[in-house]
Amino acid sequence: MANSLFEEKLYSNEFLVTTEIGPPKGVDTSEMVHHIDLLKDKVDAINVTDNQSSVMRFPSLGGCLLVKERGGEPIFQVTCRDRNRLAIQADLLLAYSRGIRNVLCLTGDSIDVGDHKEAKPVFDLDSVQLLRMIKTMESGKDMGSNELKGAPQFCLGASVHPEADFIEPQLIKFEKKVAAGAQFFQTQGIFDLGSLRRFMQYASQFNVKILAGIIVLASARMAQYMNNNVPGIIVSQATIDELSTAEKGKGLQKGIEIAVRLIKTIREENLCHGVHIMAVGNEKIVPDILEVAQPVGMHP
Amino acid sequence: MIVAEQKPLEEIRRMIAPYERVLILGCGTCMTVCDAGGEREVSFLHNALRLAQTRSGNGSHTFSEYTVKRQCDLEFLDLIVDRVGDVDAILSLGCGIGVQAIAERFPDIPALPGVNTSFMGASKEWGVWDERCAACGDCRLAETAGICPITRCTKGILNGPCAGTKNGKCEANKDMDCAWILIYKRLERLGQLEKMRRYYPPRNFRAIPRPKRIVSKASIGVGENDG
Repeated sequence: MANSLFEEKLYSNEFLVTTEIGPPKGVDTSEMVHHIDLLKDKVDAINVTDNQSSVMRFPSLGGCLLVKERGGEPIFQVTCRDRNRLAIQADLLLAYSRGIRNVLCLTGDSIDVGDHKEAKPVFDLDSVQLLRMIKTMESGKDMGSNELKGAPQFCLGASVHPEADFIEPQLIKFEKKVAAGAQFFQTQGIFDLGSLRRFMQYASQFNVKILAGIIVLASARMAQYMNNNVPGIIVSQATIDELSTAEKGKGLQKGIEIAVRLIKTIREENLCHGVHIMAVGNEKIVPDILEVAQPVGMHP
Repeated sequence: MIVAEQKPLEEIRRMIAPYERVLILGCGTCMTVCDAGGEREVSFLHNALRLAQTRSGNGSHTFSEYTVKRQCDLEFLDLIVDRVGDVDAILSLGCGIGVQAIAERFPDIPALPGVNTSFMGASKEWGVWDERCAACGDCRLAETAGICPITRCTKGILNGPCAGTKNGKCEANKDMDCAWILIYKRLERLGQLEKMRRYYPPRNFRAIPRPKRIVSKASIGVGENDG
């Protein structure tokens, strides 16, 4: 039996669509709730980011609870940057008890890129160790080999970077994540479908589902900023050039156009098992993207 | 070796303010090599403090200076008993270990740190030192081609690079090499990439419980014979 609605879809051979929302910095969750309501019926699951880019925010777990409350399917993003193995295990127990069943296991961005640069970086675990720890919990033991009173069962995901400029070590890590129990992968942002094709040629030998990360860019400047400042993002020069052809004030429109084109091609050529749309602050445009990306046969 | 940086002069002046007679004590080992607290730096600091006192017109310190071979060995501190008899404080230019050895050896004299002890490292080029060892107590360099991911990866992760590496550099600092790219390249060169494919479990942070203590096997042997 599947552990979650999302896990069920994962093995249904449907083309999968996930997206993500970033929680607010503060206790006013109205905009986040609005985005959840806007997206919950249009995608298969909603990731909630975990202090994304090392910027302190409302927690991922809290955001996932809100997604549940509003009737959506959350993916709990867990990074190893801010919590040690005790805290992460405890959060996972709470998450499970409240019906959160999908976990995306990440190492986490460096403290240095965020807004609390003097904080202690934890990294008690890395992403591979986190996956293994959850498998141990599923077997009924905590990381100290103590018996759990009731074991959780999750659907586990991880990330991979098909456009990394030095791919071999990334692929070694990808294989470690597969061996550790990752069932699905949401990739870092894809801009060049050639690299996705090459990656899928290699990755198709593994029994895991790959969702291509689609970042919706709002301008050439934003793309350049992300290239320089956001870990794991390499926007291709071709994409930057295309964005800079946009008329003033029409950058986001161009970004949407690019995203739609990528999604359509991925779907039509059956390049991978789905897409993960990251609108970085422009969550409200995701339904439009899905609308225009029809007829992709996602959710008629 | 241990690498440190001298504290800013103003911080040192604030620290010594309550004490009239101050001994500036250098260390002849690591602190001399890293230019933070050897005989030369002791003399420079002595002059700088005197000059600052004259210029500002406040403070009535009298300074003395000396450099021992190693501050972290009590036997070398025994040699300065005569020099500390009439001082109100010892401003140590030794590392944190030296300052604490002074505090232990001279319980009635305040021991003040004149340097910020930074890391264990090696000289990269003239005047540049890089951290190399985190003293984790569980050395894995055999598995990582002699390049320490705990020290040289900003996240200290054990199973390969994160996705933030770009142009072989670290996401935290574009001037810093990604340790995992270095490890990959060297393992490849040595024909040992299978070491990177292995799974490494989470670290044991109590490989040696803190504060760490090592009892030399040799002394245990002697003890047992005596018993």
